Amino acid sequence: MPMALSINGQLHAVDAPADMPLLWALRDILGLTGTKYGCGVAQCGACTVSADGSPIRSCSVTLGDLADVKITTIEGLTGSTAKAVQDAWTALDVAQCGYCQSGQVMAATALLEATPKPTDDEIEAAMNGNLCRCATYVRIRAAIRAAAASLGAPHGA
Amino acid sequence: MAHEVELHRRGFIVLAGAGLILGWAPAARASAPEAAAFTQTFLRIDTDGTVTVLAKHLDMGQGVWSGLASIVAEELDADWSQMKVEGAPAAPEYKNLVLGAQVTGGSTSIANSWTQLRTAGATARAMLIAAAAQRWKVPASAIVIKKGVVRDASGHQAGFGELAAAAAALPVPTEVKLKDPKDFVFLGKGFQRLDTAAKARGTALFGIDVRLPGMKIAVLARPPRFGGKLKTFDAAETRQVAGVTEVVQTPQGVAVIADNSWAAIKGRTALKLSWDDADAELRSSAAILETYKALAGTRGGMISLQRGDADQAMARAHRIVEADYAFPYLAHAPMETPTAVCRVTDGLCEIWGGIQSQTANQKAAAAILGLPIEKVLIHTLLAGGSFGRRATLDSDWIVELAEIVKATKAAYPVKLLRTREDDITGGYYRPMAYHRLRAGLTSGGEISGLTQTLVTQSILYGYPFGAEAPPKSDPTATEGNLVDRYDVDDATLRWIPGQAHVPITLYRSVGNTHTTFAKEVFMDELARAAGRDPLAFRLAHLGSRRRQAAVLKLAAEKFGWGGKPAPGRAWGMAVQEAFNTHVAQMVEVSVAGGEFRVERVVCAVDCGFALNPDNVAAQMEGGVGFGLSAALHGEITLSGGIPDQTNFDTYPILRMSETPRGIETYILNSGAPPTGVGEPGATPIAAAVANALSAATGTAFHQLPLKFPAA
Ligand code: FES
Ligand code: FES
Repeated sequence: MPMALSINGQLHAVDAPADMPLLWALRDILGLTGTKYGCGVAQCGACTVSADGSPIRSCSVTLGDLADVKITTIEGLTGSTAKAVQDAWTALDVAQCGYCQSGQVMAATALLEATPKPTDDEIEAAMNGNLCRCATYVRIRAAIRAAAASLGAPHGA
Repeated sequence: MAHEVELHRRGFIVLAGAGLILGWAPAARASAPEAAAFTQTFLRIDTDGTVTVLAKHLDMGQGVWSGLASIVAEELDADWSQMKVEGAPAAPEYKNLVLGAQVTGGSTSIANSWTQLRTAGATARAMLIAAAAQRWKVPASAIVIKKGVVRDASGHQAGFGELAAAAAALPVPTEVKLKDPKDFVFLGKGFQRLDTAAKARGTALFGIDVRLPGMKIAVLARPPRFGGKLKTFDAAETRQVAGVTEVVQTPQGVAVIADNSWAAIKGRTALKLSWDDADAELRSSAAILETYKALAGTRGGMISLQRGDADQAMARAHRIVEADYAFPYLAHAPMETPTAVCRVTDGLCEIWGGIQSQTANQKAAAAILGLPIEKVLIHTLLAGGSFGRRATLDSDWIVELAEIVKATKAAYPVKLLRTREDDITGGYYRPMAYHRLRAGLTSGGEISGLTQTLVTQSILYGYPFGAEAPPKSDPTATEGNLVDRYDVDDATLRWIPGQAHVPITLYRSVGNTHTTFAKEVFMDELARAAGRDPLAFRLAHLGSRRRQAAVLKLAAEKFGWGGKPAPGRAWGMAVQEAFNTHVAQMVEVSVAGGEFRVERVVCAVDCGFALNPDNVAAQMEGGVGFGLSAALHGEITLSGGIPDQTNFDTYPILRMSETPRGIETYILNSGAPPTGVGEPGATPIAAAVANALSAATGTAFHQLPLKFPAA
């Protein structure tokens, strides 16, 4: 029986078994391939999406667990925090291969929404589960600081 | 279908006719390439002014697509905002001029494209100018191009798009003048990568993201041991899994094919399999290492390099220093597992993926599918990392895919998904290596006689390519060794090919991954034995290698090497020349409570002319992280021939918390032509950290990953 999933502000009827991880429903059934497969076992963060505003690993939550949960993927990421993060990511040329970066952007946006002025230690704590094999960590840190600064700046500044 | 409409709205495109659903690629096009007004081997110009560079090399994160485009933009005097890139098809004109086939590796991309793309850009520029001169009836000399705008003194003005068709009708000049580098207006000043915004928005397209109408997802059950073969399989339970559509045997194993990835993965778990291990590698990695260690004490193998008489020089020496160094197998673990899609329609095969060896992959697929080579089209997309994994000499991941397509009679397009477990347990590792170094020191603290014995599998000639006794020296095994990199009059390098049925391949910076560590840690051990400062000791043996000496000096100056580390801190250094690029790294580590952390890295690099200094810095930062990952964690071990590590929980890679908060890059512009930066930055860091830890603890570190505190 199709399940109703709320993804990026829209209800989707998804015909898939309840034990299917959200990741594969997003990528294979809904065609939302911005969310990436990296490990499948909650070890890398490439599959990070937002569930009711909190970052979760979509590879490790099943469709059956998602009734009444509002999912946002990188494709549906909107708002001033997300924009500040993506602008900072672009300005600093953070990405190398880029494959982990959807997850990094999702995690960084969630961090700044919860903690607008994170310290370096808070950045590390929030981002440490998001692996980047290209090791773009130096720029991820810098981009989060830049995004926080731009959000904190008075309008028009 | 609702979601496809939505995808379209979000910037995905549908290629008319092909029925292909693709996300953003740097030059994703809604029109067929033939529609371009101006088309040459390496670039196209559309009527809207878009300049699309056809990149013969793979961008796996190193930024080379932007780098290649920047070379064209400079000679063409284009505006950066009009530049796009897409992967070139597999064809002879796109071969790597250094490596002789279409392949990306050895940090050769920019170097071998430099003159080629400058000429392509200058040729197109000359033709645009000629077209404008004809149209405006003015001499070509009266026309200037600046940031994509063509002008003359009398007020005529046009964009590239308006002139493209007229330019295309003109004869192609056989000789064009390239700019004097001092007149460059764009290169060397820094620019943004072309793919960066798409990667921040999740719209960049990787091979694993490709979806075709009717496409199925396959996963492959492979032998658990290298060299093992399928004996029997029972797929009855697999066929019960909802979504599984077909199960086929291929030469590599059993492929489970399904409507989606999850069904394929579940179906594979339900397979009952038995394997024939008669030809399989059954040894543990520890046992293999023991055989390497024993070999290191023999005079087997071959002399790869020799100067003077090392034994005699050592006999004259004041004292002898000796050390062994051991290195494990390493998995590349690119974040996007090598995953590709194949479709055959009407005798035409198409393959989509982050393809690194177009020529070899194309040939391999053609042979399996029984097609002429030109009937295999390769669509090279962005790759989510590679580090060498996609460049296997036997095209393993494309072969596996083509065999599945063959076994299913090409009835539908197939994506062969490689799970992380498949990736980490699947071999094609950086080979294990064992080094024995022995050197004499004079009473004045100079090296007098040096031997280096190196035991490691041959990447070019060894397993899985059959030759038990390689015909000749293999640079992928020995490059970057001490005999070759320092001035020592009497020195011998012996290479003894290691034997193991473990498939191995190229890995970011290749032989340098282990030779740099052995060389640079041993140099510190010699310096300590000689009672000399490690910088002075190195410089004393780098007299003929001015570029290496220069980056060391620059790093020392920026780092403040002459001073003293604060309490609880220690310093170390290492230098290497890799792929004609010279890199020195100096590190500060903090040591407390049996743990250490790398706090600061200063990196000095001479890569000739730096096209985009910020990308050089990015590659040094990434290289430091990649090398540090191997230094802290990297290790594949085998028990009874089976890899012990399966995913990031057992094969950890560097995290943000382990990354130095400061990585500074200083570029020394030697004026030489550009050389690569994708690999060299990864080489010195492990040795620099080991040397710092030795300075802190007084013990030497003789293996990777670093065991700290040393036992
Ligand atoms: S794919 Fe989900 S955490 Fe790695
Ligand atoms: S940018 Fe390549 S894995 Fe993060």
